[in-house]
Amino acid sequence: MTGTDIGLALAVGIACAVEAVEALTIVLAVGLTRSWRSTLTGVAAALLALAAVTAGLGPAVTALPIDVLRVAVGGLLLIFGLQWLRKAILRAAGIKALHDEAAIYAREREAAAEAGAPRGDRDGYSFTIAFKGVFLEGLEVVFIVLTFGTNQHNIGLAAAAAGVAIVVVVAAGILVRAPLARVPENTMKFGVGVMLTSLGTFWGAEGAGAHWPGSDAALLVLIPSILLFALGCVAILRARLGASARPRAAEGAAGA
Amino acid sequence: MTARLRALGLFVWDFVVGDDWRVAAGVVLAIAATALVATTTVAAWWILPAAVAAVLGLTLLSAGRRTPG
Repeated sequence: MTGTDIGLALAVGIACAVEAVEALTIVLAVGLTRSWRSTLTGVAAALLALAAVTAGLGPAVTALPIDVLRVAVGGLLLIFGLQWLRKAILRAAGIKALHDEAAIYAREREAAAEAGAPRGDRDGYSFTIAFKGVFLEGLEVVFIVLTFGTNQHNIGLAAAAAGVAIVVVVAAGILVRAPLARVPENTMKFGVGVMLTSLGTFWGAEGAGAHWPGSDAALLVLIPSILLFALGCVAILRARLGASARPRAAEGAAGA
Repeated sequence: MTARLRALGLFVWDFVVGDDWRVAAGVVLAIAATALVATTTVAAWWILPAAVAAVLGLTLLSAGRRTPG
């Protein structure tokens, strides 16, 4: 296995683990509050729909010429990566609330309880919420596996990394029967954001016709540079937030 | 039918574009600029990294300004 393969497996695995943790929280909340049967039927239906999407998109993506694929996939990865990184930086700087699985779980359980008691064996609420949760989070997994895998000509490795990550998260969820609140989601999202942004930048530029100095080795400079830039942004935002909090505190003290 | 297409369009927009449309617009413009410059003798590889720094900086600055302060 080459260094790029390890990078691919790690990036896909971590990204899929994050999505799986989010889907698991929703599934556990409706399953434990209402009907496991309808919840698991919703999960199965979502997995079937995702398989259909993969079967439809997979051959279409792999049939594209490599430069078209790289520019399209690079651009999309870059947009996704920057959105992930933006949120992770804002959370790390304290501007946006941290993703709290325990709070989301409590909210989902409350909403599930307020939706009224399930009637009989079939519970439309559990089915719909489980389906939406798994399908929406799974769609990002499908996208990441297809784009990373196709670009590196190794869909098998990308799919295996995603599968292992999902199995580990689901097994942990079954063991603890509670949301995985201790998973350092923001740190993982920060790392994935850096990887998606770096690879999106690399592939997007290559697909558009640019030549990187040092070819693939440019990634060894690009990834740490984007990481350092993102950490710098966190530090600047934290300092700005601290500076704006100080006059407020002084105003509060003066008014008291 | 129209409502479903509209809902699908909104879903795709939200899925791809996300919270700040300027990020997507900046990426598309930067890729177009790279493709243009790549047809000349000037090196084009630096455009996307520069765009990443500019777009990320701007969107964070704008989000930071929106924070109650």
